[in-house]
Amino acid sequence: MIQQERMAVVQQEQIAKNIYELTLQGNIVQDANPGQFVHIRVSDSFEPLLRRPISIANINKEANEFTLIYRAEGRGTEILSQKQIGDEVDVLGPLGNGFPVDAVAEGGTALLVGGGIGVPPLYELSKQLKARGIRTIHVFGFATEDVTFYEEKFSSLGDTHYVTVDGTFGTKGFVTDLLGELTPEFDTLYACGPLPMLRALETFYPEKQGFLSFEERMGCGIGACFACVCKTTDKSEKDYVKVCSDGPVFAKGVVKL
Amino acid sequence: MSNISVQLPGLNLKNPIMPASGCFGFGKEFANLYDLSKLGAIMIKATTVEPRFGNPTPRVAETPAGMLNAIGLQNPGLEKVMSEELPWLERFDVPIIANVAGSLLEDYVDVARRISTAPNVKALELNISCPNVKQGGITFGTDPVVARQLVEAVKVVSKVPVYVKLSPNVTNIVEIAQAVEIGGADGITMINTLVGMRLDERTGKPVIANGTGGLSGPAVKPVAIRMVYEVYKAVEIPIIGMGGVTNAQDVIDFMSAGASAVAVGTSNFVDPFVCPKIIDELPKKLEELGVKRVKDIIGRSHR
Ligand SMILES: Cc1cc2nc3c(=O)[nH]c(=O)nc-3n(C[C@H](O)[C@H](O)[C@H](O)COP(=O)(O)OP(=O)(O)OC[C@H]3O[C@@H](n4cnc5c(N)ncnc54)[C@H](O)[C@@H]3O)c2cc1C
Ligand SMILES: Cc1cc2nc3c(=O)[nH]c(=O)nc-3n(C[C@H](O)[C@H](O)[C@H](O)COP(=O)(O)O)c2cc1C
Ligand code: FES
Repeated sequence: MIQQERMAVVQQEQIAKNIYELTLQGNIVQDANPGQFVHIRVSDSFEPLLRRPISIANINKEANEFTLIYRAEGRGTEILSQKQIGDEVDVLGPLGNGFPVDAVAEGGTALLVGGGIGVPPLYELSKQLKARGIRTIHVFGFATEDVTFYEEKFSSLGDTHYVTVDGTFGTKGFVTDLLGELTPEFDTLYACGPLPMLRALETFYPEKQGFLSFEERMGCGIGACFACVCKTTDKSEKDYVKVCSDGPVFAKGVVKL
Repeated sequence: MSNISVQLPGLNLKNPIMPASGCFGFGKEFANLYDLSKLGAIMIKATTVEPRFGNPTPRVAETPAGMLNAIGLQNPGLEKVMSEELPWLERFDVPIIANVAGSLLEDYVDVARRISTAPNVKALELNISCPNVKQGGITFGTDPVVARQLVEAVKVVSKVPVYVKLSPNVTNIVEIAQAVEIGGADGITMINTLVGMRLDERTGKPVIANGTGGLSGPAVKPVAIRMVYEVYKAVEIPIIGMGGVTNAQDVIDFMSAGASAVAVGTSNFVDPFVCPKIIDELPKKLEELGVKRVKDIIGRSHR
């Protein structure tokens, strides 16, 4: 169920250059699934006015906490990065449909591909896949070393490969360069990242089952305003989908790239 | 407790608060959050004869205390609105105001004729002011003669009272208001969004794919209040005011300027519970002012 809640800041830490890890406590956590997002109002004033969509990166239902990992670049995320322990944040969520964890059979292998700030939601996904007895392979691309994060955490869950555009960390290049070399065997692809990366993955693995998470500018975040609409391919029954309420995760081939 | 009910042509409103067109879809999403029967009315998303996909994305951009949108009247088309959206809304005890749009006069007439037969549609709102479609829309809203002719044509076929939604993108809004009143409009809704543009800091190009978009939110409230104030003085028909409403004080401001009821748009995105919150807050605010019936504050700026 979608709720609006003032969640308590339990922790806020900078984990890479302009990348923050924010842990929030509240009841929204109980309904959260990997790949879903929350819509955050960072200030009670009219500045900035709109909420900011951020993916849920790590869920801890026992502690009633989840973690968000975000890049502070614009006004809204900059204000969010100044929140301190004890502050409250106005959160609407959980929103959208996340990654289907049960799309891979037990004993199968999942390939998780992420780009930059698209990597966070893959962490909770990887945890839940592993808990179901699924092998995970992580291939993540970043611009430079100083914006990479969570390498150790992902390594503890499965095979982990980092790629940077300038080669300062891991292999040099794009995720598809490394995938070309690794030629990993897998059953299902899960990916989140910039559009060019998602597009490249669609052509790279035309026959594979996969789920891609999309980003689009949002108004309401709940499906009412038609801001976040994407055209679909003829493989879809619908003419269009809304990223916020039909997505942000779609089966490969549904959204026209 | 102050009485907050209001009677308008076709509309018996429990309270003067309703979500504005395009900011509430056809109600389904918000029905997951609260009981829609609590609302005074619902202004549904613009309906056109055929389904419309709308404009390319990005369709929205944030601006200081506001936002720009160029959705482009995306909607499932008249057939589906009649067979699915409106029947679904019948489970709630709330009057529906159907926002009607089109490119040609005939389109408005066709939509109005059918949609006004739906049992829960108690009034129409002619959208002659959408800044985001290439043809029609705003052109009907900027020329008083064309606006009047459109209202006359729709009045012939509509089974319910007809309200006309005015565009603020004109030099003289009073002239348009008077023209639609002469054309037989039962009421006026105002304002639609103000045409604006935001540039990307790096590229210098418009952020919205459509180039321009409609400005809404708290930033436009002073413009909206001024326009309601002017139109109230010039026409006899009632006004439903909107533009940047976020709380009960804003509602009181609009009603003081001359609105008989108030619609809430962009604020639904900021706080999806804003409408029920305002409805709960309003009686207290009125009591503070010593007002027994909300009707009594309509147009008090002018007395
Ligand atoms: C479903 C979804 C999940 C996301 N998850 C994450 C995440 O886990 N971590 C993370 O760092 N970022 C994530 N993003 C991107 C994040 O929403 C933007 O970085 C953020 O909104 C930028 O806000 P700002 O105040 O920094 O920028 P500003 O430039 O001030 O933003 C202005 C407006 O543009 C919107 N906007 C700007 N960039 C984006 C974008 N890339 N996507 C959508 N809207 C944008 C803002 O929401 C705001 O309305 C996600 C986006 C979506 C749609
Ligand atoms: C995303 C969005 C979509 C809108 N769609 C419509 C529409 O379909 N028809 C219409 O008459 N007005 C539409 N509007 C205008 C609003 O109904 C309202 O007139 C305007 O936004 C001013 O009110 P506000 O400041 O409270 O948002 C839209 C506004 C927004 C922000
Ligand atoms: S953001 Fe409003 S419909 Fe998706």
